[in-house]
Amino acid sequence: MSTATDTIEEFTGQEYKYGFVTDIETEMIPRGLDESIVRLISSKKNEPEWLLEWRLRAYRHWLTMDEPEWHNVHYPKIDYQDSYYYAAPKPKKVLNSLDEVDPELLETFNKLGISLGEQQRLTGVAVDAVFDSVSVTTTFKEKLYELGIIFCSFSEAVHNHPELVRQYLGSVVPYSDNYFATLNSAVFSDGSFCYIPKGVKCPMELSTYFRINAENTGQFERTLLIADEGSTVSYLEGCTAPRRDENQLHAAVVELVALDGAYIKYSTVQNWYPGDKEGKGGIYNFVTKRGKCMANARISWTQVETGSAITWKYPSCLLIGDNSVGEFYSVAVTNNMQQADTGTKMIHIGKNTRSTIVSKGISAGKGQNTYRGLVRMNAGADGARNYSQCDSLLIGDRCGAHTFPYIDVRNPSAQVEHEASTSKIGEDQIFYCKQRGISTEDAVNLIVNGFCKEVFRELPMEFMVEAQKLLSVSLEGSVG
Amino acid sequence: MTELTTNSTAFVDRLRTLETKLPALQANALSRFLYLGFPEISNEEWRFTDVSKLAGADYANPLTTIEADLSYIEANRYELILAAEAAIQPAADATSVILFNGLPVAGEDQDPALGVSIRYLSSADSAAGEIADTESNPFTALNAALFPGTLQITATAGAALEQPIEVVLISGHAGSSAPRITSPRIVIQAGENSQLTIVETYISLGSGTSLTNTVTEALVSRSAIVDHYRVNDEAKSSWHVSALAAALDASSVFSSHSINLGAAIIRNEATALLRGEHAECTLNGLSLGDGDRLIDNHTSIDHASANCNSHEVYKAILNDRSRGVFNGKIFVRLDAQKTDAKQTNKTLLLSPEARVDTKPQLEILADDVKCTHGATIGQLDPSQVFYLRSRGLSEGEARRLLTYAFAGDIVLRLKVERLQTALDERLRVWLA
Repeated sequence: MSTATDTIEEFTGQEYKYGFVTDIETEMIPRGLDESIVRLISSKKNEPEWLLEWRLRAYRHWLTMDEPEWHNVHYPKIDYQDSYYYAAPKPKKVLNSLDEVDPELLETFNKLGISLGEQQRLTGVAVDAVFDSVSVTTTFKEKLYELGIIFCSFSEAVHNHPELVRQYLGSVVPYSDNYFATLNSAVFSDGSFCYIPKGVKCPMELSTYFRINAENTGQFERTLLIADEGSTVSYLEGCTAPRRDENQLHAAVVELVALDGAYIKYSTVQNWYPGDKEGKGGIYNFVTKRGKCMANARISWTQVETGSAITWKYPSCLLIGDNSVGEFYSVAVTNNMQQADTGTKMIHIGKNTRSTIVSKGISAGKGQNTYRGLVRMNAGADGARNYSQCDSLLIGDRCGAHTFPYIDVRNPSAQVEHEASTSKIGEDQIFYCKQRGISTEDAVNLIVNGFCKEVFRELPMEFMVEAQKLLSVSLEGSVG
Repeated sequence: MTELTTNSTAFVDRLRTLETKLPALQANALSRFLYLGFPEISNEEWRFTDVSKLAGADYANPLTTIEADLSYIEANRYELILAAEAAIQPAADATSVILFNGLPVAGEDQDPALGVSIRYLSSADSAAGEIADTESNPFTALNAALFPGTLQITATAGAALEQPIEVVLISGHAGSSAPRITSPRIVIQAGENSQLTIVETYISLGSGTSLTNTVTEALVSRSAIVDHYRVNDEAKSSWHVSALAAALDASSVFSSHSINLGAAIIRNEATALLRGEHAECTLNGLSLGDGDRLIDNHTSIDHASANCNSHEVYKAILNDRSRGVFNGKIFVRLDAQKTDAKQTNKTLLLSPEARVDTKPQLEILADDVKCTHGATIGQLDPSQVFYLRSRGLSEGEARRLLTYAFAGDIVLRLKVERLQTALDERLRVWLA
């Protein structure tokens, strides 16, 4: 027992290795938030009148709202007047080679198996013009263009495809949705826009990595993804590499629209700065993600959340069309003082709609992990079906696991099943592995990866490998 | 959370005038209630249970009705006893106690076995209020302010009563027709190594608007065994709000079964605090919903000590436009290692307009625990219906049989034979 406990402590005592570096000079506008700031953001981005109006409506609505308190995360009150709401990145100080980068960071990259090109991009090393990644990027862009796929930054989309943006912006997450989404609607900085035309199967995983200027989209990111009838797309957000960021508050919004027969797979890996051992610093991540499914459409959310001091996100599906399918696969890890309140909402509106929820929460140190979910079967959802499973793994005796699953059923032909369990890594399991020559650390990785397998296998191939490695890095020097 | 009361009705105004007329402790509870107010659906705990009908009723002054009730009991004691016996048909060797609107009618002063005593005590003399939550539950605060006296059932150390104590709680209007609020209070004190079985049956006399707001407290000492049952069979015009608070000392065993058959709106709140090691707690429930009825079961099991077990099985069958609500909280405190908690909630929806809101809730702060919960909601399995039909049963018979089996699981868990037979019969009638 004692060795197990020691190793647990050793692991849970680990600090975020990647430091917290600000190496980006930015052009700032004054602190605080009022209408003039909203106007300033809009004018800096050269936005059309209707978008400014939309932002202002959101801002005015935001003023009437109260910050939510129902969640199971605790943090000092945020002073919204003490933040910067616009920061355009100035050109970074260019490093000449990877030799100038913090070696520990490089080691982490290597452990995660991140390609050299990506490493250079992430650390801000000037990338040689003939280097793979850029040429790859260009070829990809051309290929997408041939198929009619629009994949660009949100600002570009506002200028180049205003009709699409105007039609779909706020159609899934309206500007008045919730406190953080409304704040985002008022001051969103940039984000991604993606449109897949009718019947097109996107030939590659779309990732922010392939988009020029993908980084530094700011703290109020907004993503809008539209899959037209019969199209298919897989979208990757974030990356397994540690993300350094100077903004503490992040309030992002992601809207997915899956029209008849479309399929969207949205995968997220989040590894932002979680704060130090005492819980000082770290990112507050308040995200609103929602997708709407028309007839026969399918949206699949997969997330691996290992970073941030506070994670507050509930990727949801509105299953409007008949026979539509919603899926949610999640692994959330909280270590040290991290808190996560995450889960999903599956709103069954159409007939024969189906949803699956698999949530795996891992708590270590003093981490608090909450699953909060809603499954609603509306009166019209004949034959709807839901299966939910939420499992918690506790590592150490000072962490917590909480579950708040809401189930509302208004249709007798709907079937809902919910299962939850809590467990820890057994000493007998560790012993068994050690007996076979597997180190304690590897044994923990093995067990934790097995615990998360159901979710990992939903990730796109390259992400899956990275996510497993990420978990190992997070659990380094541990039992788990 | 709605904290400050915004609801100001004739009844609340009437209550305000009572503050000076009540004994100090009850006056405190009243001011707590006036502060909390009747809960609104913006309160998370009451999100699915709209009590605005209850809150808006113009109840008669609870203090003056006590006088009227006392003289009614005096004049109609025999009829009340007959009504109670007709309702439960107690076994010959059972101990019966009858209360009318929370006031004693018969059997309130007896010693059914050595060391086991039943007394009706004034609010000041009883052990009432020790564990009931008057702080945050407005209805419990209201009961604490208005209860006329306590039915206290005590077993001293080592005392045991094999037969059940049958408590029949009748609510009625005693002549007047104004909406009534009644506040019965029962305290169960089981000393070390003692054993008690208590069945509370709620019925109403006549119809008319009434709110039964009842509170039961159970103090279960070391190694004691308490079996508690609560059957609600009130008139369809009644509202029923109940609270059950149990505190379990080391190695004690407590079980409570909540059977909901009557009343228009039922809200049960059962809380168990496992404060001693190796305690074992069982909370089960069965609700049969029809018409426009609403049945809300809230349970909360607090594992405050290590090595405790808890089991929960709540089932509901909802027909017509009835609504079911279930919220089962399980807390596992920091040092409650080796906890084993199981919770199951199953709901059968028989009609397209029936509706259920379920929220199991686990909060776990210890790592070496086994906690599971499961919830299922749905209709009868068509393949099972088909199987029975292929064996010659009609569709209706097949459905009835399967529904009966669904409920039978809970019926078989009842350890009081009288209750098991009665509920079985009730179920057959309900399904026919």
